[in-house]
Amino acid sequence: MADTEQSPAKQEFIRKSIQFWNPGKTQFWQDAGVDLVIDRRQDYFLYDMDGRRLIDVHLNGGTYNIGHRHPELVEVLNRGTQRFDMGNHHFPALGRTALAEKLAKSCGGDLHYTIYGSGGGEAIDIAIKTARHAKQKKKIVSILKAYHGHTGLAVAAGADRFSKLFLADKPDEFINVPFNDLNAMEDALKAKDVAAVIMETIPATYGFPMPLPGYLTEVKKLTERYDALYIADEVQTGLMRTGEMWGYQRYGIHPDIVVIGKGISGGMYPIACVVVREPYAGWLKQDGFGHMATMGGAELGCLVAMKTLEILERPQTRPMVNYISELMASGLTEIMKLYSDFFVGIRQCGVVMGLEFDYPEGAKPVMKHLYENGVWAIFSTLDPRVLQFKPGVLMTAALCEELLERVERAIGLARAECKGLGKAGGKRYAA
Amino acid sequence: MNAIVEELLAGEKRQTGAADMMLQLAEWAAASYARYDRAAVDRITKAASEAAYALAGSLAEAAVKETGFGVAEHKKIKNEICSRGIYEAYKNEDFCSKRVVAEQKIVEVPRPAGVVFALTPSTNPVCTVYFKIMLALMTRNAIIISPHPFAKKCSAEGALAMAKAAEQAGAPAGIIQVITEPTLPLIEHVMKSPRVSVILATGGSPVVRAAYSSGNPAIGVGPGNAPAFVDSTADLNAAAKRIIGSKSFDNSILCTNESTVVAEESIADKLLQALGKAGGYVAKPDEVDSIREYLFGLGSFNVEVVGKSAAEIASRIGIKVPSSTKVILTPIDRVGIDEALSREKLCPVLGFVRVPHVHAGISTSRALIRMSGAGHSAAIHSSNTATILAYAGAVKALRVVVNAPCSQGAAGFGTHLAPSFTIGTGFFGRSSVGENIGPKHLVNWTRIAYSDEASETFGDFSSLEVWNNQAPLPVGRDSPMTLGRLQEGAERADAALFAQAAGGAMTDEIAAMRDEIRRIVLEELRAAFRK
Ligand SMILES: Cc1ncc(COP(=O)(O)O)c(C=O)c1O
Repeated sequence: MADTEQSPAKQEFIRKSIQFWNPGKTQFWQDAGVDLVIDRRQDYFLYDMDGRRLIDVHLNGGTYNIGHRHPELVEVLNRGTQRFDMGNHHFPALGRTALAEKLAKSCGGDLHYTIYGSGGGEAIDIAIKTARHAKQKKKIVSILKAYHGHTGLAVAAGADRFSKLFLADKPDEFINVPFNDLNAMEDALKAKDVAAVIMETIPATYGFPMPLPGYLTEVKKLTERYDALYIADEVQTGLMRTGEMWGYQRYGIHPDIVVIGKGISGGMYPIACVVVREPYAGWLKQDGFGHMATMGGAELGCLVAMKTLEILERPQTRPMVNYISELMASGLTEIMKLYSDFFVGIRQCGVVMGLEFDYPEGAKPVMKHLYENGVWAIFSTLDPRVLQFKPGVLMTAALCEELLERVERAIGLARAECKGLGKAGGKRYAA
Repeated sequence: MNAIVEELLAGEKRQTGAADMMLQLAEWAAASYARYDRAAVDRITKAASEAAYALAGSLAEAAVKETGFGVAEHKKIKNEICSRGIYEAYKNEDFCSKRVVAEQKIVEVPRPAGVVFALTPSTNPVCTVYFKIMLALMTRNAIIISPHPFAKKCSAEGALAMAKAAEQAGAPAGIIQVITEPTLPLIEHVMKSPRVSVILATGGSPVVRAAYSSGNPAIGVGPGNAPAFVDSTADLNAAAKRIIGSKSFDNSILCTNESTVVAEESIADKLLQALGKAGGYVAKPDEVDSIREYLFGLGSFNVEVVGKSAAEIASRIGIKVPSSTKVILTPIDRVGIDEALSREKLCPVLGFVRVPHVHAGISTSRALIRMSGAGHSAAIHSSNTATILAYAGAVKALRVVVNAPCSQGAAGFGTHLAPSFTIGTGFFGRSSVGENIGPKHLVNWTRIAYSDEASETFGDFSSLEVWNNQAPLPVGRDSPMTLGRLQEGAERADAALFAQAAGGAMTDEIAAMRDEIRRIVLEELRAAFRK
């Protein structure tokens, strides 16, 4: 728990959350020393209901990529509500088609049609359904410890921690292979009975292990060789976070299907998108009612998404992302030199970052000390040695400097705790 | 996209939001550039100045074409002066390194302003853009140019060429930016932004006033209204040549140009003759009336004549002048609010007023500057030092040019004033700086001051740099990729990853690595499953 005392109001609120909302999750955070209840939010700041300010480098996986309540998004949403609502999903809709056109241009090549959902998981389901229809095959290959969301097909494709819980694992249809292992991938595809490989461009919840050189291009080639599609899950790697608009562009591949979520909504209005190459979007012609959802592609969300893309396409964004990621690289490297027996590595692609701690579940105490020092970053559920560290793409120079200063302090404290040094010594975070 | 959606997306914040991003990028660039060393700054400044110099002629023509103001040939000269000329003028000065003042036990550390917001005029568009960028680069500042809308194209072209050259020479990304579609609300928004460190405003009074009231530190240059006093001790032929040369330079578009000649009665006729010989046309009384009407008939100065040639102005009014005419002289009886022709005229029309004696000459000159141009410039043609001194002490101008063309001389060309296209008008002009603006006005110095007690010895700073052993500076050009250490195969792959071009084919090395990585990954997984 944070050094600061909880107000009675907060204590009462947390009690109610346990009572009415989600006892397991609420208790988990209390035990982890992160008693965060988010009240106001602005730019890259969260304010706890007791008023404490936190720099947000979790961003809900990039949802708040351009900051919380970006003023241009607030404006476009306000303007939109003067004229639109979610819309009627049966008809051609002004906002939906406009965004689809913009995405086709942004994604490049013959990535062409956009199918909408209201969240990432739903979009993953759409992508898998689309691939299955296109290839008339059922099998899907994904990465061991991948995370694609919790809807039916998405959860089946992800790590079994979540699929088994609800008896949703389907091992005969969903094959897992280790990341960065081309031979395993080839073995899985060889029989030509796979509809698609689904890949987070950089697996987020697994702690952002980076694709090794040539890995993604080779996987793409393998899918071509063995008659499968390549689905890029760009939910966390899209929208300039890797330094390019789409992570796959950074790695020089051209997927068959792209899944976009989180940040495209600006955190303001739920929306997710699946962009499909022309040849594989057959069901849209065969039976255009084949997939639908009342809230998929809500038109207010489309407006917000278009504005988000507009902001990210401005010429200043790219150098800004470069500055932020360069400064983080050099600043964190300096910190690593100070605590080299604890903070041992930086996984980075642009502002997609994982910080490695050579200690069992080492990212958890770091998370706690960051929290106490005014920074919110989350450990990787599927590899808790790694802290997910996700600065926003529009952070200012001053804020980045402040962030590094706080990170240095927190890592020092976490190290002291783990190594049994100093006042906090002793508490263990065993695996 | 369809019109309905486009309309919904086109809120007010679109423009200001884009401008805020420019400012934010400028902050990044400034933070990085502030730590560059002298040699790097010199390289960058030189590269930018050469790029600007190379475009001096073509952009001079482009400026005349776009604005309709001035003379391309003269603009070219100004562009050259403001690029290579400014570089040469300051190349031996150092605004980047510490200075040790051992006898005072003081060390001075240069601290750049940060983000300079520069408003540039339509009258001297390209050279002012060049000039302000040169100043910013020399002093390790980032700069955002907001050109006058009438001159936005040529101004942007010049700025972008310098930006490209500066970045190629190693400057951080975004060090020079331009607002390509300036509008009033946008400029106001940027001027008030707390991200702006200092505003360098050149332009009409409203712009300069707005800069001063923005809440940000501002250095503004408003209008001038320079008197040119010629007393009985002057070399009349030389004075006439200088006045005509100055007043016709770039069709009188510099704010330092002479507004009205104030002539001592005893030499007035002779001076008029000499002015005529040098290319002046003395208007007849009815012609003076029509000139007054054409220039000021609408109340304010008719912008259509700004920077037009004497011949063109004459023909528009319907006055016949000799083809050699460079300047039209308009004799007037008095100066003040009841004589419009004694106001600032950014065209080669020059007032001419007679005064009985030196004392009257000084008070008439004071009167001219009372109307506009406080703190700006004045000229005197005289060989009497007492008169020169009395004039300088009385007239509210912060530079008094003696026996030289005022347009150029007040701007530091042909005099030893600092070469500048931004003239500080000081307290008289409600500005904080009263000198010709130069690089020194964009840097502050942190002063390390030791105790003056003799027992406290001064440290040895001689071999130190301010930024020693700093971590690599971000320059905004690439976003890093690294694998970390705990990731399988990371150590072997790191180098290859950096070398890999996006989409590059698998090298043999990578192919060989593949099996090795597979082995390690499998081992790890096996271990994981055993747990
Ligand atoms: C890579 C990835 N894909 C898909 C999803 C699922 O998105 P949603 O939570 O919107 O359903 C997530 C969410 O964390 C994700 O990180």
